[in-house]
Amino acid sequence: MKRNILTALLLAVFSLALPLRVCAAEETPLDSLVEKDSSIDAQGIIFDHLGDRYGWEVPFNHHKSIPLPVIVWGSDGLHVFSSARIDHGQTYRDGNAEFRLAGAGSPHKGKVIEIVDGKEVKPVLDISITKNVCGIFIAVLLVIWAILNVARWHRTQGMKGPRKMTGAVEFVILFIYDGVIKPTLKSRADKFAPYLLTVFFFILVMNLLGLIVIFPGGANLTGNIAVTLVLAIITFLITNIFATKHYWKEIFNPDVPWWLKWPLPIMPIIEIFGIFTKPAALTVRLFANMMGGHMIVIVLTLLIFIFAAMGPVVTGATAVVSIIFSIFMLLIDVLVSFIQAYVFTMLSTLFIALGQEEGHEEHKKEGDEAHGKKAPAQTLAAAPAQTNQA
Amino acid sequence: MELFTPDFGLVFWMFVSFAVLFFILWKWGWPVIMKGVSDRADLIDKGVEYAQNAKQQLDHAREEADKYIADARRQQADMLREADKMKSQIIEEARSAAQSEAKKVMDAAKVSIEQERKQAEQQFRNEVSSFALDIAQKVVRNQMKDEKAQEQLVSSLLDEMEKQN
Repeated sequence: MKRNILTALLLAVFSLALPLRVCAAEETPLDSLVEKDSSIDAQGIIFDHLGDRYGWEVPFNHHKSIPLPVIVWGSDGLHVFSSARIDHGQTYRDGNAEFRLAGAGSPHKGKVIEIVDGKEVKPVLDISITKNVCGIFIAVLLVIWAILNVARWHRTQGMKGPRKMTGAVEFVILFIYDGVIKPTLKSRADKFAPYLLTVFFFILVMNLLGLIVIFPGGANLTGNIAVTLVLAIITFLITNIFATKHYWKEIFNPDVPWWLKWPLPIMPIIEIFGIFTKPAALTVRLFANMMGGHMIVIVLTLLIFIFAAMGPVVTGATAVVSIIFSIFMLLIDVLVSFIQAYVFTMLSTLFIALGQEEGHEEHKKEGDEAHGKKAPAQTLAAAPAQTNQA
Repeated sequence: MELFTPDFGLVFWMFVSFAVLFFILWKWGWPVIMKGVSDRADLIDKGVEYAQNAKQQLDHAREEADKYIADARRQQADMLREADKMKSQIIEEARSAAQSEAKKVMDAAKVSIEQERKQAEQQFRNEVSSFALDIAQKVVRNQMKDEKAQEQLVSSLLDEMEKQN
């Protein structure tokens, strides 16, 4: 630990001593990017990095990217072609239909549009394998591989303790199961555990993949509202589909003074809103947290280029500070990745558990009834004993 | 803002991916792991219980063994004491038996010795008297060879008779 800190400090001092040279070395590739119009479009770059795109960029090259299939349902049916055909704003002719990327001025900026009679028309359906979709596939494969690895261990090795990665994954599984799912859902834990564990690992892997800047990672998955929305909607569906009678009773006829329910049903309205605010909170929390982390790292990096106009010394100093800060932020993001996956799972568990409540009153009534029935039986049983004694 | 409007394509693929992921893990992942983990937990619990029992038994066994050893020691000591007592008793008995036997033998010996002595005395006396008679005969015969000595003797004898009367 001490040695690591020392190395980091040494590196920092070393890089402080060499800002000029570093700057000089970096100037050539950066110039092409930054100084075309002397000031950089920071917002554009940030949203470009946070957003989705056709094709997957490769490091140090802005002209080539890994092509991904574009799948659109245009005016005359299905079209599938490589993203390389429209990468740089060219128009691609597939059969009778013409496609290109919408330009900066268009309302569909960055999307594939069809050109019909010289006008830009949004295709009916655009289910292209974009960078984010591809990222999701990679995350799915990684999760399947990691979990089935543990499952295979259990099938083949039986009672032996798993080691290395298998052990680590199993530890996390048990951490979530014993720490979150079991204490909250109790006897119903096993029914919902598969979903909750899947969600946890899926989010965790997507979060961590987002922190890797080159190919298999780099897609801002959980920082995309569509991804978090789908997960939140699934939790919402599970919560409400498996909900008990008591849960619905609490929503439409909650246990509050009557004037809160009639003539103006204030509480039911609030409760019904509550059903929908839960998934919304889930969506936005994960999305905002992950997007925020990515944004801070990008902004910190961009600072170097923003200060590039002020001369090599300032740029060098900014570079050192920015890099240290963005490394720090990335490390925090590793923690945040775990925490956010954990929080999403925990809240999903909580919401599902709320839908599983059996109602204290009914329990009490049942309990009272049971006691009431038991009590006379006991006295009856006690009476002959007493007479016998007498 | 594109960032805040969910893209249909992404929602679609996300849903499909999640469905596939969930199905695969639900079918081949979680049940196996959950069962395996709980089985292992059971096994470990059983192992711990077994070990505790074994330890208890071991402790107990040691106590028991100690008790047996102590018992054995006591018995041994008792037996030794008994043997010691028996030994001295036997020796005592043997000694007294030997004494009485010896006494008997001595008494018998004494009686026979006395008898022998008496017999010997008798024999000796007989022999001495016969020897004395023989010697006296020979002395008398020797002394009475001449007349004078015979007369003298007769006279002395007569004298003596006279004196007595």
